[in-house]
Amino acid sequence: MRASVGDFVLDVSLGAEGGVLALVGPNGSGKTTALRVLAGALEAEHAQIEVGARVLASAAGDRVPMERRRVGYVPQGYGLFGHLSVLDNVAFGLSLRPHRLARAERHARAQRMLEALHCGELARRPTRGLSGGEQQRVALARALITEPDLLLLDEPLAALDATTRRSVRRYLAEHLPQLCGPCVLVTHDVRDVEAIAEGVVVLERGRVVQRGSLDELRAAPASDFVAEFLGVH
Amino acid sequence: MTRALRAMGGLLGVALVGLLLIPLVALALSASWADLRAGLAHPAFADALLLSLRTTLTSVSITVVLGTPLGWWLASSHSSLSQVVSVAVELPIVVPPAVVGVGLLQAFGAQGLFGPALASLGVVVPFTELAVVLAQLVVASPFFVQAAASAFRKVEPDTLIVARTLGASPVGAFVRVALPIAAPGLLVGVSLAWARALGEFGATLLFAGNMPGRTQTMPLAIFSALESDVQLAVVFSLVLVAVGGLILVGLRWLSRARA
Repeated sequence: MRASVGDFVLDVSLGAEGGVLALVGPNGSGKTTALRVLAGALEAEHAQIEVGARVLASAAGDRVPMERRRVGYVPQGYGLFGHLSVLDNVAFGLSLRPHRLARAERHARAQRMLEALHCGELARRPTRGLSGGEQQRVALARALITEPDLLLLDEPLAALDATTRRSVRRYLAEHLPQLCGPCVLVTHDVRDVEAIAEGVVVLERGRVVQRGSLDELRAAPASDFVAEFLGVH
Repeated sequence: MTRALRAMGGLLGVALVGLLLIPLVALALSASWADLRAGLAHPAFADALLLSLRTTLTSVSITVVLGTPLGWWLASSHSSLSQVVSVAVELPIVVPPAVVGVGLLQAFGAQGLFGPALASLGVVVPFTELAVVLAQLVVASPFFVQAAASAFRKVEPDTLIVARTLGASPVGAFVRVALPIAAPGLLVGVSLAWARALGEFGATLLFAGNMPGRTQTMPLAIFSALESDVQLAVVFSLVLVAVGGLILVGLRWLSRARA
C-alpha cells in the first residue's frame, strides 16, 4: 500500500499471508492512518490496496467504498453504538446489505458470536456500564460477525488496566487465529506482538523501516526505535 | 468556609428561582374561574391559539428539516466557511426581534428586495400567515441549529466509521447511528426553538401585523387584550404558560426516554 493523505505519505507493503500482523511505530508514525486508509475512512491518493484477490483501491483512483470492503474495524475507543444494546451492537452488520437478515436470525447469530467470545451474558446489557475488557469483546464480536476478509484492530489493549490487559491479551492470542483471516493489529507493546502476532511491520514517519518476525528484528534492529521497542540495546 | 460558600450560592440560586416564578404565581393568582371561562369563550381566543399552534408546528418542522443537515455540517466541518456560517446562524439570537421584523419587511415587503419579483408572481408575503411562519423561522431556528450542532459533536467519528465498515452507506450511518445518538440533544433543540417561536412577538408584529383570525398569534392577542381588558390578557397568558409548559415537559420526557 502506498498512500498519501494530505502531506503525509505512507509507503507500506503489509503483505499479510493470513494470520496476525502487528503494526508498530512511534506516535505519529502513521499506524492509525494506515488502518483508516485500509478501512476506506480516509481518502488517500495513490493507494493500492489488495486483500486476497480483491482490489480495494487502485493507484488509478478506483476505490471500493467503505461499506463494500468487507473489512472489520475495532477502533481504539471501541466505537460502540451507545443507543443500542450489546446484542444489537453485534447484530448491526447483519441488518445491512448483503446480509439483510430478519431480526430473530440476527439476534441468534449475534448471541452465538458473543458466546464464541465467552461473553454471552452481556447480550441484554446496554453498552453503558461495560468494563473496558467487555467493550473490547463486544466491539470484536461486532466486527467479526460479518466475516470480514481483513480485521483491523487499533491498539485493542491500550485503554485497559494492567490486569485486564494481560487477560485480554491471552484471550486474543487464543481466539484471533481461529476466528478471523488476516488481521492487522496496531500496538505499542512488544508483549502484544509476542503473544498475538506472527509478523511485525515497523513504521516510522509513514515508511516501513523493518519487517519480519520478532526474532529477525531482535537479531538486527534497523533503528533506535526498533531496538527500544524490543528492549535490546 | 466551603459550607458558608455553599449556603451563599444556594441563597443566590433561590433568589433567582423566586424571581422567575413570581410573574407566573402573580398570573395564577389574578384570574378567577369566571375570568377563565369568559376568556376561553372569547372569540379571539380560539383563533389566536390555533394560529399559534399551526404556525409554530410549521416553522419548527421546517427548522428541523433544514436545520438538521446544517447542524451536522457545522459539527463535522472544520473549514473557515463553517465558522462564518456558524456566526451567521447565531446572529438572529443576538439581534432584537424588531430588527428581524424590519429586515424581513425590507426583503419581502412591497418595496423590498424580493417584493416586486414576488408580486409579479402573485405572491404577497407581508401581513399573511406565511409572514408569521417566516418571522418564527428566523428567530427560532438558530436555537435548534446550535443545539443540533452541539449534539452531533458528541457523536464519535469512530462509531460512524465502524457503521460504514459493517455495511452502512453514508446516509445509513447518519440515520442509524448519528441521529439516534444525537436525538436527546436534537429534542432539546426542538423544545428551545418551539418555545422561542411560540413566544415570538416583535418580528411578527412588524412583518405580519396583528390581524385577529389572520396573523394574530397568542402573544399578539395578549398585547391587544391588554389595551381593553386586563383579565382577558391574564387568561390568555395563563393558557400560553400551560401550552409552553406542556411542550417543554413533553419534549424533556421524550429526550430523557431517548437518553
